[in-house]
Amino acid sequence: MTETVVAPRPTPAPAPARASDRSIAENRLGLKLVAPAVVLMVLVTAYPMLQALYLSLFKYRLTVPDDKSFTGLGNYATVLGDSLFWKDMLNTVIIMIITVAIELVIGFAFAMVMHRIVFARGVMRTAILIPYGIITVVSAFAWQFAFSLNNGFVNGWFKWLPWISSDTNWFGDHWHAMFAIMASEIWKTTPFMSLLLLAGLSQISEDMIEAAKVDGATWTQRLVKVILPNMRAAIMVAVLFRALDAFRIFDNIFIMTRGAENTESSSFLTYRQVIEQFQLGMGSALSVLLFLSVLLIAYILVKLFRVDLAQARQEA
Amino acid sequence: MKQRMSPAHWAGFVVILVWCLLPVVWILMVSLKPVGETTTGSPQFFPKDWTVQNYKDIWDNHDFLRALGNSFGIAVIATLLAVVFATLAAYAIARLEFRGKRVVLSIALAIAMFPVVSLVGPLFDMWRVLHLFNTWPGLIIPYMSFTLPLAIWTLSAFFREIPWEMEQAAQVDGATSWQAFRKVIVPLAAPGVFTAAILTFFFAWNEFVLAISLTSTTAARTVPAQMSFFVGSDQFNPPYSQLAAAAVIVTVPVVVIVLLFQRKIVAGLTAGAVKG
Repeated sequence: MTETVVAPRPTPAPAPARASDRSIAENRLGLKLVAPAVVLMVLVTAYPMLQALYLSLFKYRLTVPDDKSFTGLGNYATVLGDSLFWKDMLNTVIIMIITVAIELVIGFAFAMVMHRIVFARGVMRTAILIPYGIITVVSAFAWQFAFSLNNGFVNGWFKWLPWISSDTNWFGDHWHAMFAIMASEIWKTTPFMSLLLLAGLSQISEDMIEAAKVDGATWTQRLVKVILPNMRAAIMVAVLFRALDAFRIFDNIFIMTRGAENTESSSFLTYRQVIEQFQLGMGSALSVLLFLSVLLIAYILVKLFRVDLAQARQEA
Repeated sequence: MKQRMSPAHWAGFVVILVWCLLPVVWILMVSLKPVGETTTGSPQFFPKDWTVQNYKDIWDNHDFLRALGNSFGIAVIATLLAVVFATLAAYAIARLEFRGKRVVLSIALAIAMFPVVSLVGPLFDMWRVLHLFNTWPGLIIPYMSFTLPLAIWTLSAFFREIPWEMEQAAQVDGATSWQAFRKVIVPLAAPGVFTAAILTFFFAWNEFVLAISLTSTTAARTVPAQMSFFVGSDQFNPPYSQLAAAAVIVTVPVVVIVLLFQRKIVAGLTAGAVKG
């Protein structure tokens, strides 16, 4: 059990004092085996990223390729001076913070129920995994139809709430549209969060919780003083991955609003510059800025919350 | 060990089931409504007239069928290749001592967090020059590199749990090294590899940003991309229920996989996160 508390790591490296033939051969074989995967990963990300860095210094539009001219940091100045860039960035950050916060709460509640439940664990796990497997585009359509003015059931079911009536147009203004987008995002990604939290929860020894109970701790005290601190690493890893994933939000917005009602995200803006307007230079500058934003967010989360990256061995 | 089920847990159980399954049931219901019903507006949950006409129509839609073929082909090829490369890498990480092991894991981690949309511009530019734009390999290559991190993390966590000494034990008992590998190691490693394959397949099946950016026709467009361009004969009244039928069709493989392998998927998703 002590192993699980400490950050899990590959088998600790034995002191490489003497370089025997055997260890040299092992070193070589290891490098050979990881080479294909590493080359592929680097080739498809690092090289294009450098290409983007290069292109971002040019005024370059695909429709007029002869007009390619060096502008230095001109594209960056244009982007950073444009209020649209900051509006989209704000939308993206709002979506990231709200969805991750809500997912953390719902995900934790799900994990608690799943942890305690005695029967039908299979049914529960299957139900929880279905949103995880469903294509984001399908989720976006399902929620778009649900909120639709003419074809949705949401208005009908929830019109007893004071702020919903049978003619609430969910895609008619900024906050309603953002709400619909976030609902789809949360539905689709909460399962992943709750599974990670469940894994963290099941690592806490029952004895410790029992002991706290015997000592007279209330449910809230047990949660705050025993359960949460012991799950800190699992929570932080889940938050890090989900936050970076949410920051890249694209599919839901593309399907549900296409950026209407000022719901565009930074990813969507980048896509639009490159694919719809063929502004390769400007689009590349946006790509680089987006990449830097992700680095910055990762840095802030890792430093501020001291996320133990050794535990972070999950996909986004 | 476990406490008795309280009413709160019962309520939680029901709430989770409804929350997770309601949107899926809803899209199924929309798909069973006649096109006319959704065009005039049909806010009720269940169809007034149940019909499977949408499924017949979508089955005659050649663009959709081609997209379905593209999705399957691209996802399966990307999965197979990614899992092969990841298995080699994960074996090395779990079993061998070599310099740069941590670097490999860090690269994998960095790529898992990479903003895919940043690649859209440069890849769009490069793929046109290399004639990879709007082709299967044009999507398979980036899908492989984005699924490798997940596959490597999951597999190395699985491989670390395998009692590799058993291989030697079998050889001592008289098995050849090939027999020892095939009869002892393969059965132990197979579930992990299989799980990694499922998770990789889900990623490729779901991917959207590159799918719409690096394709232009049904030659390589996958289902998510095709669905986003789905307009019927009347542009202002998209056939919602047909779209819903298409959504149900692409969801079926996922639901089947989840039903069959939920235990493995949960193990795979959480393997690396907490186990040592």
